[in-house]
Amino acid sequence: MTEASASTSHLQGKEQPIKASEIDPTFKYELQKMHGSEKILKCFQCGTCTSDCPVARFSDSYRPRTLIHMAQLGLKDRVLNSDTLWLCAACFTCTDRCPQDVEVASVIRVFRNLATEKGCIPQVFKDQAQSLIETGYAYKIPDLRIKKRESQGLPPLPKGNPDTVKKTLKGVTFFDRVQKPQGERASDQQ
Amino acid sequence: MPEFNCCGLPFDPVSHETMLILAAKNLAIAEQVGLNILTLCPGCAGTLKKVNKILKADKALKEKINSHLKEAGLEFKGTVETKHLLQLLKEDVGVEKIKSAVTRPLSGLKVAEHNGCHILRPKEFIGFDDPEDPQTLKMLIEATGATCLDYIDETECCGAPSVGVSDKIALQLARDKLNHIKMVEAQALVTICPFCHIMYDTNELRIEKTFNEVYGIPILHYPQLLGLAMGMSPEELAFSELRVNAKKIVEQFATQGAKQ
Repeated sequence: MTEASASTSHLQGKEQPIKASEIDPTFKYELQKMHGSEKILKCFQCGTCTSDCPVARFSDSYRPRTLIHMAQLGLKDRVLNSDTLWLCAACFTCTDRCPQDVEVASVIRVFRNLATEKGCIPQVFKDQAQSLIETGYAYKIPDLRIKKRESQGLPPLPKGNPDTVKKTLKGVTFFDRVQKPQGERASDQQ
Repeated sequence: MPEFNCCGLPFDPVSHETMLILAAKNLAIAEQVGLNILTLCPGCAGTLKKVNKILKADKALKEKINSHLKEAGLEFKGTVETKHLLQLLKEDVGVEKIKSAVTRPLSGLKVAEHNGCHILRPKEFIGFDDPEDPQTLKMLIEATGATCLDYIDETECCGAPSVGVSDKIALQLARDKLNHIKMVEAQALVTICPFCHIMYDTNELRIEKTFNEVYGIPILHYPQLLGLAMGMSPEELAFSELRVNAKKIVEQFATQGAKQ
């Protein structure tokens, strides 16, 4: 995903007129029930999150305040289809500084989780999920590194336990999906 | 702990439930053997602290997560604590003890610190330092005899979590930090998070090339700085593994120690 493609959704979100048909008035109540976005209606649009966001400083499109406002208005599809969601670095500056205690970073995380359920998920997360299934860890440690450890006299790394990981994650929607072969995931958009 | 798996943090963006289960599984394994957890990564410590607190406070969620853990014969009870190395050095070892272990004071060395986000925020779950004005790493750096400089936007993100989504933004974040560090003429940047260390160390040369900048600021991990002050050799501290050359610092201090 590039910043160039993200800038399109910025226009979609801000400059195209909102049609009444795309408003889902129940979206905010759905969010109120989800772990992390319970306090979304407390946001009074002060903009502390966006002005303190280090990503917003360098991005033309990522604006946490805008995303929260869109969600409050019921623009569910615009929020969940937005590429900019994935730019959040999860630094939690917005969460700590929000005067209304909205837990902004957690709200963005809920948006991302919902986007994932719709099949909008950047490749990097699919790769990490694959690695988790194979090794029990999100990142594969390259053989070269492992050899390097040996040459430095360090003990071998413990082997992960992917079998018990798979057992405990059974029934989790995201996990069940990534385990299916590529062809069966028709709803994947990227 | 060979049975440990990923802490869960990388999966929070795509599946909060996956994150909770992975973290709770690690906590449950530690509970089985009755040991607290020490991590080298602030992200791992932050996640395990957070999940521990969330599940202890939310009985229904705890039961739901436990129904998953049961498949592996495990149960989360909430009986162990997690600390990051930095917190352990501050609370369990203590600055005075560290000072007394220093045999080669790094006097005259001026460095900047980068705490990283997850050792500080969210305050509600981490809370052992002030996220707006963190002091722990500074105190531990000064314990080695080095001077820790203040600079603009010290507590900001290194950009690493955005790598893979937008490399351009990630590099701009790191560049911004390096510019501020250069401004105060720090001789090195000291990190405590492995992820931040990788971000700066592997990308500094790339940032110099991409944005036409000149830094030459070595990125030392805090244990390397401490080890140097404790008289350990540069080889033991893997200084040669650093992508950004730290030769000047090694020559200034490691050779000085050899003379004594």
